[in-house]
Amino acid sequence: MAKTSEVLLSPIFKDNPIALQVLGICSALAVTSKLYPTLIMCVALTATITLSNFFISLIRNIVPSNIRIIVQMTIISSLVIIVDQLLKAYDYETSKTLSVFVGLIITNCIVMGRAEAYAMQNGPYMSMVDGFGNGLGYSVILIIVGSIRELIGSGQLLGVQIFPLVSEGGWYVSNNFFLLPPSSFLIIGLFIWFLRSWKTEQVEPAEFKMSKNAPKEVKAEHA
Amino acid sequence: MLESYLSIFINAVFIENIALSVFLGMCTFIAISKKIDAAIGLGIAVIVIIGITVPLNNLIYTYVLKEGALAWLGYPEVSLEFVGLISYIGVIAATVQILEMFLDRYVPVLYNALGIFLPLITVNCAILGASLFMVEKSLAFGESVVYGLGAGVGWALAIAMLAGIREKLKYSDIPDGLQGLGITFITVGLMCFGFMSFGGISI
Repeated sequence: MAKTSEVLLSPIFKDNPIALQVLGICSALAVTSKLYPTLIMCVALTATITLSNFFISLIRNIVPSNIRIIVQMTIISSLVIIVDQLLKAYDYETSKTLSVFVGLIITNCIVMGRAEAYAMQNGPYMSMVDGFGNGLGYSVILIIVGSIRELIGSGQLLGVQIFPLVSEGGWYVSNNFFLLPPSSFLIIGLFIWFLRSWKTEQVEPAEFKMSKNAPKEVKAEHA
Repeated sequence: MLESYLSIFINAVFIENIALSVFLGMCTFIAISKKIDAAIGLGIAVIVIIGITVPLNNLIYTYVLKEGALAWLGYPEVSLEFVGLISYIGVIAATVQILEMFLDRYVPVLYNALGIFLPLITVNCAILGASLFMVEKSLAFGESVVYGLGAGVGWALAIAMLAGIREKLKYSDIPDGLQGLGITFITVGLMCFGFMSFGGISI
């Protein structure tokens, strides 16, 4: 049981797929301007990765290793097609907002990465848990970015007005900067800074360190 | 005629740059941009693959998948659009595999230079993304060739620029927590703002 919770929880902060493994960031940037599509995207990705890990783990012993990539691709894309069709059937508006990004779950490297790194070596149950955990790790970052952008960008959360806007007689002047897609890069960058100041073992060593005496020497030269 | 092709090309390279305006292929974009040589190698591989697969997928979409496309077989009301995703990714995976074998056999120099990057490209979302945008924009065959090349060139340009910045950036004194990944994200964010200024150009 301890191992299950370890596998489930470690991808959330300790080994986060976005902030540490640099996987699956494309969709993290493009769909997060509002919280609602972000949530849909999280559910879609978590469902896909959980199921794909399960199915790939089931057949891991009968697939020859030289064609495994294409087999994994086929399973993942079939699952994504199901998700895409369901979304089109039940929430057409959101599926229009997400445009090609649902389809791009196929090439989301979290899904492929976990299939290759975990599901090919472990049993179906643990693989499902691992997939679900990584889906959660992805969702945590997306939800944080999505809420910051919607709250600051338009003063709303899930379409409900939290800060009354000046244009409607309130006090909040919305910051349109946060509705622009590039702002999510800055938010994720700052989030990584925060995470690494908290968990210092994740800090990457610098390639070049500034020498301690450097400023003094410069002074001496100029004097 | 030529003018419209040129405007599709410029549009794909600058205004709708696939890395910096649509944010596709970000994983490899950030992972392989430490060294400028590697970045250019990967950029060229992406141009080649995207330039081949977008027109191929365009043919498949027009003659097999689109509603009414199977009329030549006698099934005018069949629409296979829902298997689109799986066929595009199949085409991409197969193209990468064939190109890898072809280069290995006939152009070993290029094969050695690109070697590690080719398999990576199958899961690069810029490639699949370009095919999906091609369907969404409903481009004709000629236009899809130009769009594919433009998208590839745009991506290669973006990764070469980022690698250039990162090579200089490694000498800077950056706070510990921002070192590496953090500062790269912020750099890319600023580059995106730069590219947004192309958005106002109409051609």
